[in-house]
Amino acid sequence: MSNADVVTDTASRSDTTRAEKVVEMQEVSIAFGGIRAVDNASLDLHKGEVVALLGHNGAGKSTLIKVLSGAYKRDNGSIRVRGAEARIDNPRDAKAYGIETIYQTLALADNVDTAANLYLGRELRTWMGTLDDAAMESKAREVMGRLNPRFQRFKEPVKALSGGQRQSVAIARAILFDAQILIMDEPTAALGPQETAGVAELIKQLKRDGISIFLISHDIEDVFDLADRVAVMKNGQIVGTAPVHAVTKDEVLGMIILGKCPPGATPGPGAVDI
Amino acid sequence: MAKTQEAAVKTPPDAQWARADEGSAVQRFFRATEIDTRMLGMLGALLLIWIAFHVMSDGRFMTPRNLWNLSVQTSGVAIMATGMVLVIVTRNIDLSVGSILGVVAMIMGVAQTTYLNGFLGEHTNLTWAAALAIGIVAGAVIGGLHGVVIAYFGVPAFIVTLGGLLVWRGVAWWVTSGQTVAPMDPTFRLMGGGPYGAIGAFWSWMVGLIACVVIVLKLVLGRRNRRRFNFPQRPMWAEYTIAGVGCALVLGAVAVANAYPWPKGIVRRYVQSNNITVPDGETLFISHGVAIPVLIAIGVGIVMTFIATRTRFGRYVFAMGGNPEAAELAGINTRWVTTKIFILMGVLCAIAGAISTARLNASTNAQGTLDELLVIAAAVIGGTSLGGGIGTIVGAMIGAVVMQSLQSGMVLLGVDAPFQNVVVGVVLVFAVWLDGLYRRKQA
Repeated sequence: MSNADVVTDTASRSDTTRAEKVVEMQEVSIAFGGIRAVDNASLDLHKGEVVALLGHNGAGKSTLIKVLSGAYKRDNGSIRVRGAEARIDNPRDAKAYGIETIYQTLALADNVDTAANLYLGRELRTWMGTLDDAAMESKAREVMGRLNPRFQRFKEPVKALSGGQRQSVAIARAILFDAQILIMDEPTAALGPQETAGVAELIKQLKRDGISIFLISHDIEDVFDLADRVAVMKNGQIVGTAPVHAVTKDEVLGMIILGKCPPGATPGPGAVDI
Repeated sequence: MAKTQEAAVKTPPDAQWARADEGSAVQRFFRATEIDTRMLGMLGALLLIWIAFHVMSDGRFMTPRNLWNLSVQTSGVAIMATGMVLVIVTRNIDLSVGSILGVVAMIMGVAQTTYLNGFLGEHTNLTWAAALAIGIVAGAVIGGLHGVVIAYFGVPAFIVTLGGLLVWRGVAWWVTSGQTVAPMDPTFRLMGGGPYGAIGAFWSWMVGLIACVVIVLKLVLGRRNRRRFNFPQRPMWAEYTIAGVGCALVLGAVAVANAYPWPKGIVRRYVQSNNITVPDGETLFISHGVAIPVLIAIGVGIVMTFIATRTRFGRYVFAMGGNPEAAELAGINTRWVTTKIFILMGVLCAIAGAISTARLNASTNAQGTLDELLVIAAAVIGGTSLGGGIGTIVGAMIGAVVMQSLQSGMVLLGVDAPFQNVVVGVVLVFAVWLDGLYRRKQA
């Protein structure tokens, strides 16, 4: 506990010190079989802040974030949302706290159409209790029109859509319900350069709206301009966190590859002493 | 199908829709009417089967009498097939439906011949309803038990229902130590069809007319809804064609059911007991009309279609079939949905069991044996994909008619029972292969 306090307190020396902490994950661990996928990881997120979570494939980024989104149940540790202890046992709980997630796999039901995917689990209903497909499609056209104006294939199952279109559906689903905390797991993995720029623009827009974002990537170039802070994971542990302006890309690369914490960063349990 | 809706109207220019005005007249017809060509193919195959049997049996197949019997024989399997669609759509299977039918039929039989008489008195107006209610509850409990073991204990559906296949058949025997239970309550027996278990000419026409009104209303409302939300419209001629063909099919079916008269003996008894005077040498022509089990099956089909397409539960069923992980991550309580599917399946088995018991006028411990195979075959021939996520209630019910047509046609031709199974097995495999070809071509 005390260790985590030190980490989080020192980490917030950035410009966002005064902002409210919306998420505090403290000493979170989860193991699969004998493998400690996430090992004593502590990480926090301030209001309106973009934190990039970096690391190799298999470093534990997605797993840590899936603990927050309710997809995995943590073995140890605590999660506080907006200052209060949060009980997140499944994705429904996370959504109730305003935490929305765009998964790396997109998590779309391929055999149903766009509107059905956007409202999956939160369908609009008529006064009779039946599905209000017309209203859902109408709203889907509106939100997709903002993200991807040329999109017209509303009647088709999403498996018929292109990679970029599917990605837009997944993003639209996350922002449709007034998320306060957004988790984006490799949101640009399936996108071309133009669409990637679109997502970057969207992230800036969301940030201006006061939404806090965890942005997960294995590519520094993608996130360095967007993030306020970077957090690096290696072998399930946090190597360190740092305000983007306090570290260089090369130093962050050193954190990712070697686990070496530069002077500008706050070291975590995964930092190696060299 | 989805493409056609967009294509039929002016959508923003997009390469996607360039094909809209191309193609032959036939292709344009299907686009405009939004008719599912797969469904049409299945109906075509059914018609072909009927004609082939008709020719081979020297004109005995497509007679009012045979078609009426076919409709009654199909209803039980059709009812269970509607539930099997949801089971298979979620990538599960239910091998126990025949045994559930057997044990529930036994319970309903024993209930009305012994226990209920003690509470309600002999054959009261309530006996049939109470027996049916007991059966439905029993089916729901058995199905729920399967569902809980599958969803919460994580045992594969194949194994749980294979166990159920053995367990419930054994329990069906155990209820009466293998004795057949008979006879059933007279009102209960109406559910099984027969001259009294049909609604007669007048009410059959009424039902037919109501169905026609509903078809037209649905088309009008659908059109209005599409206009309200600025969605693409079907051309007017397509609407008229659909309405015309739909109503013609309904009224044609009613006409066939009404063309099948009561047998002479029953007419004679009816005439005597009601003191009707009939001129000498003539007999009254009393139509059967649509059979009650067929009406029950159609009712079940409508309710199940509503559940599958218009409710949250139905949406979740299909989403889970398409991507179980995504459904879970979207916050759907997938375990509870799975349990509910199996409860529904158990209830449908109970309804089918009631029909079968009423028709036999007895409960036997062999009732429903091998029905699971007919039901699964009906669902699969009807377009339900074993890969999950795809299937329609209507398709499964037509699939049931196809299976039953083959079976009763072969009986009519005097084909030996073992060879009947050979044909049914081959047809099943062939149909699934054909369906796979069609889907790959579509995709």
